[in-house]
Amino acid sequence: MPQRSAVLSATTNLTGGRTLLRLATAGSVDDGKSTLVGRLLFDTNSVLADTLDHVEQVSRRRGLDRADLALLTDGLRAEREQGITIDVAYRYFATPARKFILADCPGHVQYTRNTVTGSSTADVIVLLVDARKGVVEQTRRHLAVASLLRVPHVVLVVNKIDLVNYSEDVFTAIATDFALLARSLGVLETYCIPVSATEGDNVVTRSHRTPWYDGPTVLSYLENIDDTWLAVGQEFRFPVQHVVRPQSAAPAPWAARAPQVNGDYRGYAGKIESGRVRPGDELAVLPRGTHAVVEAIDTPDGPLDLAVAGQSVVIRLNAEVDVSRGDILAATDAPPAPIRELTATVCWLAERELTAGARVLVQHGTSITRAAVRSIEGVLDLSFEAGTVPCWRSATALTLNDIGRIRLALASPLPIDSYREHRATGAFIIIDDADGWTLGAGLAGSTPLTTASTAKTDPQDEAQQQQRKGPS
Amino acid sequence: MTTDQLRPLTELQALESESIHIIREVAATFTSPIMLFSGGKDSVVMLHLAAKAFWPAPIPFGVLHVDTGHNFPEVLQFRDEAVDFYGAPLKVAAVQDYIDDGRLRERPDGTRNPLQTLPLLDAITDGRHDAVFGGGRRDEERARAKERVFSMRDEFGQWEPRNQRPELWSLYNGRHLPGEHVRVFPLSNWTELDVWDYIAAEKINVPTIYYAHERKVTFRDGMWIAINEVTPARTADVVELRSVRYRTVGDMSCTAAVLSVASTVQDVINEVGLSQLTERGATRADDRLSEAAMEDRKREGYF
Repeated sequence: MPQRSAVLSATTNLTGGRTLLRLATAGSVDDGKSTLVGRLLFDTNSVLADTLDHVEQVSRRRGLDRADLALLTDGLRAEREQGITIDVAYRYFATPARKFILADCPGHVQYTRNTVTGSSTADVIVLLVDARKGVVEQTRRHLAVASLLRVPHVVLVVNKIDLVNYSEDVFTAIATDFALLARSLGVLETYCIPVSATEGDNVVTRSHRTPWYDGPTVLSYLENIDDTWLAVGQEFRFPVQHVVRPQSAAPAPWAARAPQVNGDYRGYAGKIESGRVRPGDELAVLPRGTHAVVEAIDTPDGPLDLAVAGQSVVIRLNAEVDVSRGDILAATDAPPAPIRELTATVCWLAERELTAGARVLVQHGTSITRAAVRSIEGVLDLSFEAGTVPCWRSATALTLNDIGRIRLALASPLPIDSYREHRATGAFIIIDDADGWTLGAGLAGSTPLTTASTAKTDPQDEAQQQQRKGPS
Repeated sequence: MTTDQLRPLTELQALESESIHIIREVAATFTSPIMLFSGGKDSVVMLHLAAKAFWPAPIPFGVLHVDTGHNFPEVLQFRDEAVDFYGAPLKVAAVQDYIDDGRLRERPDGTRNPLQTLPLLDAITDGRHDAVFGGGRRDEERARAKERVFSMRDEFGQWEPRNQRPELWSLYNGRHLPGEHVRVFPLSNWTELDVWDYIAAEKINVPTIYYAHERKVTFRDGMWIAINEVTPARTADVVELRSVRYRTVGDMSCTAAVLSVASTVQDVINEVGLSQLTERGATRADDRLSEAAMEDRKREGYF
């Protein structure tokens, strides 16, 4: 049994203590994903007793001699009855260094929809392969989606290493295949770890059965990923959620160090999606393009001299400028130009098809715009062979789980970034105007994935891709 | 520019900012939101976050309590103080009114939890509320792990887990048809321990029954049940005076206490962290205790 430590509490103040990492899992059926997730939860002591009791009882009923950790991730009744996983489930575990939010994405049913959903917020993807099978078609598809969604880190868990006698050669061969695949798809950073989720090798505890492997365990890898500067290091983007204009300052006995405010207070509330901001910074108000200087960054805990990506704050500007919900405050250095014609990669998540001429809503940041589909440019063929990259084939419609290129005409100009550079402000969702359903996930600008140019694509787009290929 | 002040957000900062973002999105995009407020720890954390989200303006919506008529008096008193403190108008939907005029009938087992649904849905309809905030967390229960932050409900308030909208990035989609409403869970990504850590960090008041106190209790059906007018002693009961606290506060008829000497926030945090260790033992007694704990969680709140 692996050693366990008590669940440590984060801290008793807001600014000290551990950080947060979001991860998503992906793998094919029978790769042992549920067992790996169960093992992470169990070995980090994140399972409540009632859940564990249930797992032990069910395992006994099924005649197993020990608890089947895969049962820890059992969810809906329908799933238990059918022995399948239907939907993305969110799990939580923590170590003294970090809290983890895990989006557990089922492998077989609607894999694109689930993996895209889980990957959209992930800092890292944990991708599984069976050591006996190595990199398979599903691995290539999942990695392509990870690359498309610009997930900063991908860790390949080579699971069931016990079933290949802890063979270094098998591991090295798979790791080499995977590195080549990752490079061809333009994936930012990858890592491979030999694991047996059932036996617990290299998940939380270092295994003595893989003496040839001197890298971190899965948990230690996740604890040490440095994702600090990814969003913070980018240009400042702040979608305005609402304008704070109190008639009179409300008494706030609950507030820590709230400054006194007067009756003509006017601030812009929102969450910083990327970059950082200080009082004195000059910002552009998009889409209009007017400029103003930050007078103060307010919070009920007192004013800040610096705020960074991820923080919800209220920004006051020094000039009487017209700012309302849906606008974006952005760094004046290369702000996104408002556009009326949007080319984007779209992950189609609905049963109903998308065809040219369709009228939809586009939600981007805090704004919603009407849009019409000008054309479907192509659909991504993800059934590519090892050593090649996905290619575009022509299509007239997008159906469930398709990843396509489309052109949209927008009813009002949208200051949208390229998703390659800005994951938050380059993303949008497509909504059905009639019933409000979320139809698709959109990535603005050139496809953030290396593809073969067999079908028709935008020449300018291709040129941009060529330029950007280098460093990734 | 100095970079020494730059450091990643902590877990609590990140969770707080995410919740504030969610609460602001709802206020900006719905016509008539309302926040469920039971006086329990999750709902008071949610109310605290709402106050922070709109400061220096007041909270732009009211709070709703579905009162079963079996609430702990300490919690009701706390509820009234808290809504005053945070400046949110309170609306009460009383199960007792429904029983008095015959719209609802008392159940044979005396539990009023299932009776809350009708007054809740009526209050949502009468107030024309298109968004209802709840303090539910995804770590509470297995099915809840799959619930969205924005969860669509039909006119019967039903959740259809197999037919949920995908939720991508932090782009929350609240569009809905007339008659439908959206349940919003700003604490989706918080755990029980996060809630307590935040209560400590922000010095948030919670009802006194969350902390250890002496109370007349009896060990019945694997749970420590308080002896009072709602749950009087039965003949077979052995009534003892024990030091207990409540992990969740719900209807008195179905909320059990846990034996505890945790009298401060820090004590509770230590206990919550440790309880997951000791409850692992899976002895028979632990089985019973933990079953009770799960029931508590399920019964907490309205969802």
